[in-house]
Amino acid sequence: MTRDTQHITSDTVPVDESAGPDAVVSARELTRTFGDFTAVDRISFDVGKGEVFGFLGANGAGKTTAIRMLTGLLSPSSGSAIVAGHDVATSPNLIKQQIGYMSQRFALYDDLTVKENVRFYGGVYGLRGSELKDRRHAMLRKLGFEHLEGERVGGLPLGWKQKLAFSVALLHQPSVVFLDEPTGGVDPVTRRQFWELIYEAAGQGTTVFVTTHYMDEAEYCDRVSIMVDGIIKALDTPGRLKTDFGVDSMNDVFLQLARGGKRS
Amino acid sequence: MKTVGEHAAPASVRIDGLGKSYAGTPALTDIHLQVDPGELFGLIGPDGAGKSTLLRMLVTVLLPDTGTASIDGLDVVKDYRAVRRILGYMPGRFSLYPDLTVRENLEFFASVFGTTVAEQYDFVAPIYSQIEPFESRRAADLSGGMKQKLALSCALIHQPRVLILDEPTTGVDAVSRTEFWDMLDRLKADGITTLVATPYMDEAARCDRIALIQDGRLLGQPDTPAAVAAALGHPLIRVSAAGSRPALLSVLRGVPSVLRAEVFGSWIHVTGKDHASDAASDRLREEVAASLTTAGWSEALVESVAPTVEDVFMARMGGPGSGQAA
Repeated sequence: MTRDTQHITSDTVPVDESAGPDAVVSARELTRTFGDFTAVDRISFDVGKGEVFGFLGANGAGKTTAIRMLTGLLSPSSGSAIVAGHDVATSPNLIKQQIGYMSQRFALYDDLTVKENVRFYGGVYGLRGSELKDRRHAMLRKLGFEHLEGERVGGLPLGWKQKLAFSVALLHQPSVVFLDEPTGGVDPVTRRQFWELIYEAAGQGTTVFVTTHYMDEAEYCDRVSIMVDGIIKALDTPGRLKTDFGVDSMNDVFLQLARGGKRS
Repeated sequence: MKTVGEHAAPASVRIDGLGKSYAGTPALTDIHLQVDPGELFGLIGPDGAGKSTLLRMLVTVLLPDTGTASIDGLDVVKDYRAVRRILGYMPGRFSLYPDLTVRENLEFFASVFGTTVAEQYDFVAPIYSQIEPFESRRAADLSGGMKQKLALSCALIHQPRVLILDEPTTGVDAVSRTEFWDMLDRLKADGITTLVATPYMDEAARCDRIALIQDGRLLGQPDTPAAVAAALGHPLIRVSAAGSRPALLSVLRGVPSVLRAEVFGSWIHVTGKDHASDAASDRLREEVAASLTTAGWSEALVESVAPTVEDVFMARMGGPGSGQAA
């Protein structure tokens, strides 16, 4: 799904309300400071239902701080954000229940089996008994992982772990899932299978908020924002960003914007 | 700046039949490979392919089960002490002391090799000078790109003749990645032999030669990136169309002469089942265009394209488009 959005290339504060009343993630002048350092500087954007939103930026641009605010782990210094219908500043615990999250560093427990991991995370998100069991079976069947139920997660190839972790993050059917570099180091085939899972989830109405250092993956997003030094420097569909910057690839868009950054 | 050539000729790396298992599970099987003196050689493969196992044996911290390897003629098992003196190694995980400052880390690594930062300053300056303004900052507080520069400075502090880098650019943004490869180019100009492992297929183009690695085995013979890419062996075209990518993929995968269809940035790369030839490429283009028209995608762009290393990697490992999905 793509939408008309305003395109931001200046240092003005972007306000993109194109996702309208459908917005599942809605940030307004969201800001976080640490002492005299402004990690995230008045960012504003909306992400719609079922949208695949790429959240890009150089190392140190403020992405992780922004994601920690949007997932209820860090309170904003000023500004606001509504995620899955709840205010991150006042209801962080409600947000944690209603979103899915996975990253390359934090996904599943290596020492637990596949089944134990699913039961653990399902339990954390309030799923019980036969409902949890049914969803577990359906999920493993879909991945073709039924035979792996009793396997320790630590023994699985990274790509399988990442697909499993993504499915576990969706087990409680959250309205939005945050994926922080989910495909780092994953082989090119599994990386594409992972994106096919993303499309499938988005097709079923789940909003996907994803970060990546693979610029080809930026092309797979409905819209992409690029953070530089704490602000959102550009936000639009990959097609329009490439047109506006007069380049052929998102890699070139990224290099043009991020080269101006001071923090990397 | 002093160059390696003032001290000794650049060294080469030879690997003959190297293998390693962990608790009976093979991590690496029968690897044969040679890196020529002064070459920038890329070992390209995903996490878990066996790259780190191979590099750890070369840097003498892991013993091989089978086969031999040597650095500049020195055996990595028998002559491990001598090997360590001519090697610089940057492990995959951040390897510096987080509680020490930038300067203290560099001084520590210099002292381990019996030298000093002052003595080696000219050699590491082109890289170290970029982080020198932050000399008194704790290593833990550096950004990803700066950590990488410090780790490389530490690996270079004893003027190694061979540099072994394990995924130096993983988790690093596209700008810092480009800068890092620019630094490797400069080291190459100084005559240093470099063996670098990376999961980023696009970085293959920055190497003199590459080897693809997956599941502990090399996929095909090492060669230049251009030659590896050209050896796809099948016709390749690319398709672009507005609308749902999953729907487009499923149409393309349903075409009888199509081996696989995979997203590639804003395009979809379509590999044919035939052997590569101009005629096969024309046939594939016509068949795909006809199928797309039938399926209602008459506006689609369909054109020939040169294969990339990533196309070849996927073709050799199998995958979803070929019906071999895990």
